[in-house]
Amino acid sequence: MIVADRKNVQEIRDMIKDHDRVLLVGCGTCVTVCLAGGEREVGILGSALRMALKLIGRGNVVVDECTIERQCEDAFIDILATRVSEYDAVVSFGCGAGVQALAERFGKMPVYPGLNTQFIGILESQGVWTEKCAGCGNCRLGEFAGICPITRCAKHMFNGPCGGSRDGKCEVNPDLECGWQLIYDRACALGILERLGAIAEPHDWSTGLDGGPRKVVREDQRINT
Amino acid sequence: MNDQPLILAFCCHYCAYAAADIAGSMRLQYPSNVRVLRLPCTGKVEIDYLLTAFERGVDGVIVAGCLEGGCHFLEGNLRARKRVERAKQILSEVGLEPERLEMYNLSSAEGNRFAEIVTEMSEQVAKLGPSPLRPDRNTVEQNFREMTQQAEATIAGEIQ
Repeated sequence: MIVADRKNVQEIRDMIKDHDRVLLVGCGTCVTVCLAGGEREVGILGSALRMALKLIGRGNVVVDECTIERQCEDAFIDILATRVSEYDAVVSFGCGAGVQALAERFGKMPVYPGLNTQFIGILESQGVWTEKCAGCGNCRLGEFAGICPITRCAKHMFNGPCGGSRDGKCEVNPDLECGWQLIYDRACALGILERLGAIAEPHDWSTGLDGGPRKVVREDQRINT
Repeated sequence: MNDQPLILAFCCHYCAYAAADIAGSMRLQYPSNVRVLRLPCTGKVEIDYLLTAFERGVDGVIVAGCLEGGCHFLEGNLRARKRVERAKQILSEVGLEPERLEMYNLSSAEGNRFAEIVTEMSEQVAKLGPSPLRPDRNTVEQNFREMTQQAEATIAGEIQ
């Protein structure tokens, strides 16, 4: 899932303080699961923002809340269409994709981000999320025993470990597990350690962040083209 | 009376609420500016309950749960303490003093302790002055009644 965390209340307050009617829009998908931008969190931030605005003499600003199932699909944004016209600004509590989806849909409406989108990750334990995938567009997990050297190794090394691996920890941060130790241990457990003897080829980053926004197209699924 | 801070106390049914009852039975004196809102457990406290109380104009909030290790639901009071800490962080971002919100632990037999907590919190909040979000006193009292009625309606049937 996409993992995010909330912005500071004052940062959001300053973004919206010059508007008179503001709608906070939560998202019911990834950011609900990572407890950043779901219905409950939007309710908390709504309450906090109303108080923060009142304390700077902007208590007349109307701050309302609503949460839609998914901000990154236009069909779900439809539900908002009539309501948004009653406001003069929107704060999206979706990920960066959600913010931009709302901005594209409502061309004349200022849309502000309520969250800082962090990474694609998993729930490690209750209340702790960890990055697992960089979305590089060219997955090579099969070569590395199912552990990604791009996200799990602080130096993104494809031929590790480096000299900074000590007792399974990374020199960058003693609390950080060495990604290559994890790869080695899992390769041993799977009995495929000999595969790591080969030099890993340089990564093809042309599928990554270069060349503008990427698209995935399924011709068989397209309609009206 | 009108100068006294208005404090809302979220009290666990199994400890603080009973302690408040005992304090009353013992005829203990404590500030009259505290309104008690009963919960089945402080684990029922959500951050938005706490923020809503401040938004509706209370000057201070007490969350009073069982002694650590003594929660009727095992760890509700431990969870509540974490939520209180998070709410204090948000209050400070909002621009309100986090000292307006405190969590306490006590047992159902401690009527004296309940009176002490209320007195202590009342003095602490009085030093901070009235909340800058406070409307007139009647409105806050009305808000207290509404919040209490909502809480009682929510927990109706939950406490055996």
